[in-house]
Amino acid sequence: MHIWYSLVDLLLPFGWLHHDFMKNALLGVLLVTPIFGLLGTMVVNNKMAFFSDSLGHSALTGIAIGVILGIKNPIWSMLFFSVLITIAILVVKEANTASTDTIIGVFSSTAMALGIVILSRNGGFTKYSVYLIGDLLSINSSDLLTLGIVFVVVIVVWIVIFNKLLLASMNQSLAASRGIKVRLYEYLFAMIMAVIVTISIQWVGILIISSLLILPAASSRNIAKNMRQYHSYSVLIALISGISGLILSYFWGTATGATIVLISSVFFAVTFIMKLKLG
Amino acid sequence: MNMIQQKCSHSCQGTSCKCGLCCTQITNFGISRGGTEILRNVDLHIHCGDLTAIIGPNGAGKSTLLKAILGEISHTGELLFLDAQNEGTTRPIIGYVPQKLELDSSSPTSVLDLFAAAYTNIPIWLTISKKVRERVRKGLARVQGEHLINKRLGALSGGELQRVLLALALDPIPHLLLLDEPVSGIDQRGLELFYKTVSLLRENYDLSIILVSHDLNLVAEYANRVAFVNNKTIECVGTPQEVFNDEKVIQTFGLDWSKHYQKDEKDEKDRVDNAHLV
Repeated sequence: MHIWYSLVDLLLPFGWLHHDFMKNALLGVLLVTPIFGLLGTMVVNNKMAFFSDSLGHSALTGIAIGVILGIKNPIWSMLFFSVLITIAILVVKEANTASTDTIIGVFSSTAMALGIVILSRNGGFTKYSVYLIGDLLSINSSDLLTLGIVFVVVIVVWIVIFNKLLLASMNQSLAASRGIKVRLYEYLFAMIMAVIVTISIQWVGILIISSLLILPAASSRNIAKNMRQYHSYSVLIALISGISGLILSYFWGTATGATIVLISSVFFAVTFIMKLKLG
Repeated sequence: MNMIQQKCSHSCQGTSCKCGLCCTQITNFGISRGGTEILRNVDLHIHCGDLTAIIGPNGAGKSTLLKAILGEISHTGELLFLDAQNEGTTRPIIGYVPQKLELDSSSPTSVLDLFAAAYTNIPIWLTISKKVRERVRKGLARVQGEHLINKRLGALSGGELQRVLLALALDPIPHLLLLDEPVSGIDQRGLELFYKTVSLLRENYDLSIILVSHDLNLVAEYANRVAFVNNKTIECVGTPQEVFNDEKVIQTFGLDWSKHYQKDEKDEKDRVDNAHLV
């Protein structure tokens, strides 16, 4: 961490970066936003916005389970529960008895309600409201280490599975004809999403986490003509929104996650107008 | 069920078959999904160079049969691919042309992206090598589609998309090519171009083709064998003439069409007869 601190002091001698917590937050943004930009492309492609939303909601139950078990840092119970609910959604989806929308809706609202019921026992819900809007400035060096490891793992997995996942998402039979195990890749992708959403939730907040996943990719989609452009614009927009959102939230004294999302939506508006103008 | 089946070895021996895999044997196939039986007792032999059309009413399980052959859904019974010596081989190369892709018209996936994703493991959002680009160009040339390489899939016409998907199914050259109603909703010109390409393929490469189609005129024109799927099984299989004169087929598709077909056949016969006089 000392290397990072002195590096920032050397290269970016700005007032807002004077405090260590801001340096931590900046590193956090640099790690989280590119992943969101990258994964978001597939989420938007596959129309999975609702799914990522439900992952966020299920985190509440994860926190609640952590509280019941007396775990101080609920990240592990959250991870466990979001992976569990992901598997549940996929298994029920495969039974083909109801539409995917309905199934996700059912699981999502159940998980959220369960979480609220447990956490609001004895009227103590307010102390958990930090999870709703998130607090990026509270990120510490051990969090950053976890985030760094997750960053590397997600990027590596993403490089390995992307092409096959893309084929599977366009036509399952076509993918099967080329020897791709469609279900395996579907599960892997859902798991990655579960992990990255859950890990970032305490800094970004349950209410807006899926916007952070959707907006950069949706903006990029407005102007991209092929997959490489789609990905690079998306990552770039996510990074720029992340950094400028962090700076603005510092000066405005606002919640960082929401400020980042707001800037991404400006990007969406701009690219949308570009699309209309350019055709 | 009364089934007309040739012995596989019959057409597989000799020099006419160069593909190595000479016949696809489907024996006693059964498919169930979610507790409901979709197909049972399905027997079908497909030879190299054959274009076998699968016809039948909506929901009869035609596409499901293709999915089972692809290995996408599980089935009972046996699926064997035999080579010239009648030895089973483990995994044949299967080309599949789907009805459509799951993508909306604004999707930023280009034709090159689709092919590169199928050909390599290097993620296409990082880079696409010159070698891959060249291979894609060659593949597209096979269907007269070289100019489509940088277009977005969503910007292609129905006919263009089907040709692109056909090109994708042909690299590597498959032993068995599955066409799943590949030309539904395509204009006449696109349709003719598509089937012209398929016919050329049959002449130039030794591959077996299975075609699922609703368009009986098309089946009559291009298929040399027809299998009629109805009541959860294959009720009738044979040459187009045999199948289209079958009582059950006539009942399903209506007498009018069958008469029309027989008339066509008569015209054809007249033409042939007259040819002697010329």
